[in-house]
Amino acid sequence: MSPVKKIKVRNFHQAKWDEPIIFELGTKGERGILLPEIEGEIEAAVGDGLSKIPKHMIRKQPPRLPEISQMQILKHYLRLSQETLGADLNVDIGQGTCTMKYSPKINEILATSPKLTALHPSQPISTVQGILEIFHKTDLFLREISGLDQFTLQPASGSQAILTMSSIIKAYHEDNGENKQRDEIITTIFSHPSDAAAPAVQGYKIIDIYPNQEGLPDLEALKEAISDRTAGLFITNPEDTGIYNPKIKEFTRMIHEVGGLCGYDQANANGILGIARAKEADFDMCFFNLHKTFSSPHGCGGPSAGALGVKKELIKFLPIPLVGYNGSEYYLDYDVSHTIGKVRSYYGVVSAVLKAYLWIISLGKEGLEEVSRIAVLNNNYLLKKVLEISGTSAPYAEGHHRIEQVRYSWSKLTEETGITTEDITNRMIDFGFHMWSSHHPFIVPQPFTLEPTESYSKAEIDEYIAGLAKVAKEAYTNPEIVKNAPHRSVVHKLITNSLDDPDKWAITWRAYLKKWKNDRI
Amino acid sequence: MNTKKNLVHPYIPNSAPEIKEKMMREIGIDDIEELYNDIPDFLRFKGRMNLPDPLLSEIDLKSHAERILSKNTTCQESISFLGGGCWQHYVPAICDEINQRSEFLTAYAGEPYEDHGRFHALFEYASMMGELLEMDVVNVPTYDWGQAASTAIMMATRIADRTEILVSESISPDRLLIIQNYCNPTLKIKTLKTDYETGKIDLVDLEDTISNKTAGVYFENPSYFGCIEDQGTKISTIIHDNDALCIVGADPVSLGVLTPPSSYGADIVCGDIQGLGIHMQYGGGHAGFIATHDEEKFVMEYPSRLFGVIPTIVKGEYGFGDVTYDRTSFSKREKGKEFIGTAAALWGITAGVYLALLGPRGMQDLGKLILQKSQYAMEKISTIDKIDIIFEKTPHFKEFVVDFNKTQKKVSEINELLVKRKIFGGKDLSKEFPNLRESALFCVTEIHKKDDIDKLVLGLEGIIR
Repeated sequence: MSPVKKIKVRNFHQAKWDEPIIFELGTKGERGILLPEIEGEIEAAVGDGLSKIPKHMIRKQPPRLPEISQMQILKHYLRLSQETLGADLNVDIGQGTCTMKYSPKINEILATSPKLTALHPSQPISTVQGILEIFHKTDLFLREISGLDQFTLQPASGSQAILTMSSIIKAYHEDNGENKQRDEIITTIFSHPSDAAAPAVQGYKIIDIYPNQEGLPDLEALKEAISDRTAGLFITNPEDTGIYNPKIKEFTRMIHEVGGLCGYDQANANGILGIARAKEADFDMCFFNLHKTFSSPHGCGGPSAGALGVKKELIKFLPIPLVGYNGSEYYLDYDVSHTIGKVRSYYGVVSAVLKAYLWIISLGKEGLEEVSRIAVLNNNYLLKKVLEISGTSAPYAEGHHRIEQVRYSWSKLTEETGITTEDITNRMIDFGFHMWSSHHPFIVPQPFTLEPTESYSKAEIDEYIAGLAKVAKEAYTNPEIVKNAPHRSVVHKLITNSLDDPDKWAITWRAYLKKWKNDRI
Repeated sequence: MNTKKNLVHPYIPNSAPEIKEKMMREIGIDDIEELYNDIPDFLRFKGRMNLPDPLLSEIDLKSHAERILSKNTTCQESISFLGGGCWQHYVPAICDEINQRSEFLTAYAGEPYEDHGRFHALFEYASMMGELLEMDVVNVPTYDWGQAASTAIMMATRIADRTEILVSESISPDRLLIIQNYCNPTLKIKTLKTDYETGKIDLVDLEDTISNKTAGVYFENPSYFGCIEDQGTKISTIIHDNDALCIVGADPVSLGVLTPPSSYGADIVCGDIQGLGIHMQYGGGHAGFIATHDEEKFVMEYPSRLFGVIPTIVKGEYGFGDVTYDRTSFSKREKGKEFIGTAAALWGITAGVYLALLGPRGMQDLGKLILQKSQYAMEKISTIDKIDIIFEKTPHFKEFVVDFNKTQKKVSEINELLVKRKIFGGKDLSKEFPNLRESALFCVTEIHKKDDIDKLVLGLEGIIR
């Protein structure tokens, strides 16, 4: 029985253009765009430009790029865009942990203005006062939201912000002469994979804390893990379960007691803006994903930005440059005494910073708090309804409210019907929905993670619930239709075995021609 | 919202009182505050975020933003000769049209079924880059060239099972900072000398420094100074004789006219695609590529997503999927290769559009135009009294270093005076390369007209005089 009785799912069908690979389009001699002819006086002065280049450095064969006229290229890519679901069209609450929210169009228009796009990062400071003002004020806003003392907007993603925290921890212990001894980073298994993987790049040994019976990171396990080898802790709160860890300050206290630093992965900040901050929980650092909580669009997987804030004592380690303001002029500050250097070129993903700034300023204090309150309201409404669907569960913290998302499980449904999370994902597509499993490892069996944010209306949330209920019902009554899904997608069932076969995998068209068509060998 | 208590923000539909009440009733609460019961009081923020009053209307928001952005002077309002890691190239209209499509702009991490188009477009991007580079494997883009070079270096150390890397001193100093931080402390990075007569790699130093501890050698072509490194085959032979890997950073814009690094022995090629249809955005528009040959030992060391074309149950239908997903940190956390997350996919799609638009002849035309215009600029500037071009005898692509030392003026002074003439002069190298003292890196691309270059020359003559 559907928990949202009168709501119907859509008789959806995704656009299917059966679009060829671009190399199969066009004919020799077609042109997509023309460049200007060289001016006669320049040609008279320097010739064809190639004569100065040593012969062996000149390309022999032109690159085997496609030759296609302009409208046909446009059409090809428009069709590919239609074969992509996209959050603007989708009720994208099935991509839990990723905070899929509305990315306001006005912000996009402003961020694509030549006043931003046509700026070179090495321009004289006097000519970039506007964009530096945006940087500085975004830093100030994020200080208010976190309680920390200074932000760098340089990291290009959450993962790169984690790497930056790892670098700062290293520099901090180096400064204290303890770097060699402190070679362990502690994180939790429910934190993002990069919380473990990024510090490992810099040589740290990783200790994963698993959840206790309540689904919270196990404090006893932390006691076991900490020692004079502890360099730091990377942790999310709430974790991807949506359960807020009320003992978080015990965690930071214990890490501090053994001399480590605490880094807060705020990927899940959307439910607690203005409600709980990094400062009160005694974190030394925290970062926000500007493409998640702060509305910059996800762009098929970036560009994104990870805004990293630190306590006063750690400012001296931040990557250069910082953006400062001396009362009359904004400036780039390279005078950071113990800087780790750089993590990304120039100053960061500038368009994401501008969009985050605009989003914050369009909401203000009350607006940000309302974002969080409604995100949490939506989530708990969704939780109640999802649990009314046969075969679902929400492991841990029974009877508790959750913050902004929940990691659910289909394990009961799988036991009873054989239908898995993957099958349901594929069937949800038939109704115009995306449903994601979860990050590995699957501590919660047959997982799925839903995060409705503040952006979706009740009607949309109900429609998503109706989709889940419909598929769950099918699992019990007509499992074949689920198993063979999707039926109304762009493509039919994929044959995936070649993806792990070195003789068959084809990451480019030229590799495909060689391996599958016996061509170009 | 301060003054308008009952205002419903356009971005928050369920803020409408009627809906809010209904949902609260459904959950069984009287106040949203109850949903936060699990957060202990001492962790609750009691203060007040000091944020400006919100700009609730789109009209106010737009004019506020435009007022701030109007304080910028752009490279369209001035003539710019800045490069050095971010370049002003022409961006075809179709590139923006495609990357502003809602579907591409707002998609994220969908499956190959509902996001087929995303996989398809990124596979095509990698494929067209593969043609340009003459290599069979190209990743879904990473953050920028700095990250691409860092990862290429890390890959080399894993493949060679050695921990020492030689890095040419004529790469971007900012990029070196990124590499150093990323590889600290697991790798030992040694500097490979530049021959300051030619601007090319010092082969004697390479022979002296390389050893059986060296995992790989990283250099860029063209170099940071714009010099075309024409000793590629000699360099890669020395590297391979030592069982190390040859890693080359390349500007894809140059590859319509210059031979790709794979032709002179590169094992891993990396670089930035910002020049391929992506606006500068004050340094925000970067994305990095990594390319290798299609050998298992290389492919298995990528941390990136690699999208592959696969069959479906319908004959002739193309599908896509992740090649060797188990390599990644998404699958294996710290036991995966480095780490992966959101990076710069939209710019990959855009660069694909760009390469399709330009095609083989467009890329040749582009390279030729840049060669001709930059050579013209070098020639004209070198005629100015007291101003020289460093490494003048070495062929260049797009960028070159101008020596102002004889003028008795600092680059910073010269650039300030140029700004008054609505010209952004070359990038000041006096801090990055103190040995070159008062020198600047100039960049000339297809967007520059003869008139722009002549104005620069006139401006410099006026200032020097």
